[in-house]
Amino acid sequence: MALTALLLSRLQFAFTISFHIIFPSFSIGAAAWLTVLEALYLATGRPAYRLVFEFWLKIFGLVFGLGVVSGIVMAFQFGTNWSELSRTTGSIQGVLLSYETFTAFALEASFFGILVFGRPRVVPWFYLFSTAMVALGTSLSSFWIMVNNSWMQVPVGYVVKGGIFIPSDWAAIIFSPVVWVRFPHMLIASYLTGAFCVAATGAWYLLRREFAVEGRIMLRMGLYLAAILVPAQLFFGHLTGDYVHHDQPAKFAAIEGRWHDERPASEVVIGIPDSVSETNHYAIRIPVLGSLIGSLSFHSKEVGLTDFPPQDRPPVIIPFFAFRIMVGCGLVMLMLAWAGSYLSFKERLERNRLLLRLIFLSFPLPFIAILTGWFTAEVGRQPWTVYGLLRTADAVTPFLTARTALVSLVVFCAVYSFIFAFGIYYIYQLLRAGPIDRLVLPPAAAVPNRPMSVIDTKPRHLAAGE
Amino acid sequence: MALYWVFVLAVAMLLYVLLDGFDLGIGILFGLAGEEPRRRAMLHAVSPIWDGNETWLVVVGVVLWGAFPVVYATLLSAFYLPLLVMLAGLILRGVAFEFRYKTRRLRWIWDAGFAGGSLLAAFIQGMTVGALVQGLPVVNGRYVGGEFSWFSSFAVLCGAGLCLGYTLLGACWLVQKCEGETRDFAYRLIPRLSVGSMVFLIAVFIFALCTDLPVMGRWLDRPWLFVFPTIGVMAAIALAASVRRRNDGTPFTMVAVIFVAAFGTLAISFWPYMIPFAITIDQAAAAHSSLAFMFWGEGLFIFPLMLLYTVVNLRVFRGKITANSPDY
Repeated sequence: MALTALLLSRLQFAFTISFHIIFPSFSIGAAAWLTVLEALYLATGRPAYRLVFEFWLKIFGLVFGLGVVSGIVMAFQFGTNWSELSRTTGSIQGVLLSYETFTAFALEASFFGILVFGRPRVVPWFYLFSTAMVALGTSLSSFWIMVNNSWMQVPVGYVVKGGIFIPSDWAAIIFSPVVWVRFPHMLIASYLTGAFCVAATGAWYLLRREFAVEGRIMLRMGLYLAAILVPAQLFFGHLTGDYVHHDQPAKFAAIEGRWHDERPASEVVIGIPDSVSETNHYAIRIPVLGSLIGSLSFHSKEVGLTDFPPQDRPPVIIPFFAFRIMVGCGLVMLMLAWAGSYLSFKERLERNRLLLRLIFLSFPLPFIAILTGWFTAEVGRQPWTVYGLLRTADAVTPFLTARTALVSLVVFCAVYSFIFAFGIYYIYQLLRAGPIDRLVLPPAAAVPNRPMSVIDTKPRHLAAGE
Repeated sequence: MALYWVFVLAVAMLLYVLLDGFDLGIGILFGLAGEEPRRRAMLHAVSPIWDGNETWLVVVGVVLWGAFPVVYATLLSAFYLPLLVMLAGLILRGVAFEFRYKTRRLRWIWDAGFAGGSLLAAFIQGMTVGALVQGLPVVNGRYVGGEFSWFSSFAVLCGAGLCLGYTLLGACWLVQKCEGETRDFAYRLIPRLSVGSMVFLIAVFIFALCTDLPVMGRWLDRPWLFVFPTIGVMAAIALAASVRRRNDGTPFTMVAVIFVAAFGTLAISFWPYMIPFAITIDQAAAAHSSLAFMFWGEGLFIFPLMLLYTVVNLRVFRGKITANSPDY
């Protein structure tokens, strides 16, 4: 394949957005978790909650920072590399993303400062409020992103005038059924990411026989939440599959590795799709299951890829494997969450070092599942940027040269690898050190002023295990 | 409707320039600061608010995209390489806030990234404004130039000028936020930076006269436009007086007024063009259904809220920072 500006722009978008999504998918869940911890601390006054809060706040700060700086790139990239897309869909996509910035970014960015630096300067309820606002901001951000992406997947509520997409029905765009399936799917994925990272960290401390009180809080809260959320996630995943089956049959066929129409259709559990011979090699199939998954029926006809002209087919390999990896991660997470929760409930988890070790090692699973899920959705949408209406080849900046695109791709790869390597290393150091801080709040004299004249007046000295 | 979004865009740009301006300016000064205690004090002066400040850049980007898609598509694709450099700069300076405290041995990397990234971002922003003033090759609403069509000595001059201006803004913020040695350091710099900025403004003026930029014609036609530069000059005099009297709170306000005056001068020079002398506000405006949807939601309700968050944030972290402020 020649390195055209189009291909390089696609690679760059895939790289920068994959890099970016890692951070918000953690921080959406982590912000909600911090809010719960702070509320628990205010309600019970138990210092362990506060210690766990301060500990995760440090990690949240790092991750949030990486998310912010990699997110700014996204706001520009549509215009730099995809100027035709921006020009023709700006009246819809630009508006949706402006709602994201107005409702979400401004909220989280402003209250993030208070969350990290402001505790000595505000009253406790306002601090809790700020934490909740950061959490709300991160969730709202994902909402608008999902509205925007769902419109690209299944465009609704528009008319085309002179080659420009003009919104005709905003309610149809925002309340599109696709949004309300995919937004929960993404939100739960983020909460699961937070839950597994927290549980894995707790398991790590218990394995190392350190920070037992804090480790136990992390492990339990993470596992219990995951035990409830993973089944819900599988349910929303199934609904997401239903919309793909209904609205994007070519993508569905690619995910299923189904080349020809079948009635009843079999399910390819695993195999190696080959787009030249239009078959799967080494395929393991289960008869009838394909119809059951696609249409909840024993004899439905399921569409194959060869129904579509070659120029309208998505690449098969990536959606096919990405989807299977995502589902595999989900099933492993389900087993870990249920087994861990059961043993934890029976007070036997801490003796089961094998399961603790597995839970510790499970933290990459939600990230892998989110990335592969997005690969399935986005590569499966090809060759379209706006499904069925605007081809990716027609969306790219027309005068962009391969040389320029190559320069930017190399720069982004270099800068991101550099900050990612250090970021991960610093997060690892923080996790390794654990919640070691003794809680010594700065005495009131160190607080230079009293905005809102409602600050905490009495310095409190707290120690672990109090 | 379109006018309302021009107004929001102008407010967002102005807030970005003022807020991230001092932020980036302090980043540039950070490279000259020398020893660690002063660097810490400088960082403390911006750490809690830089993220909120930078958000206004994203606001500018998405308002352009949603309300004026043609402008967004044309400008961003035309400034491809400069924007790449700016984004790399913003990334490096952004991570420095967190990363520099996680290491002692490699702190110099993040410090260099903080200062260098700030300098690059400021330079590119000034340069793009300069290139816009000079005019981009746009035909029928499409950019027709090449990868480096934005490059000119005037654009480079503007880039250097904005670096000076941001640094001045940063020094004034330090005077307002810091005490003792850091404040004296900033006070020592303000006169030089002010003179530098003045020299730059005069250079731009002479350059415009010599090359007969299209802007000049509009100025000579409408002399009442000189009210903005006049406000700027008055603010500059007040700035000099306040620095002489060591009146910590005033210099920042005065430099901010100078920036507003310069911004107003620029905006009025080009009205009603969004991309000077190629695309007007009316040509660029998105469909009415888009502008109306934006107006009745984010425009009328969320935008005032955003201004409120900014005020709350600045109030919570107002006042002088002290030597024993907590470290993060």
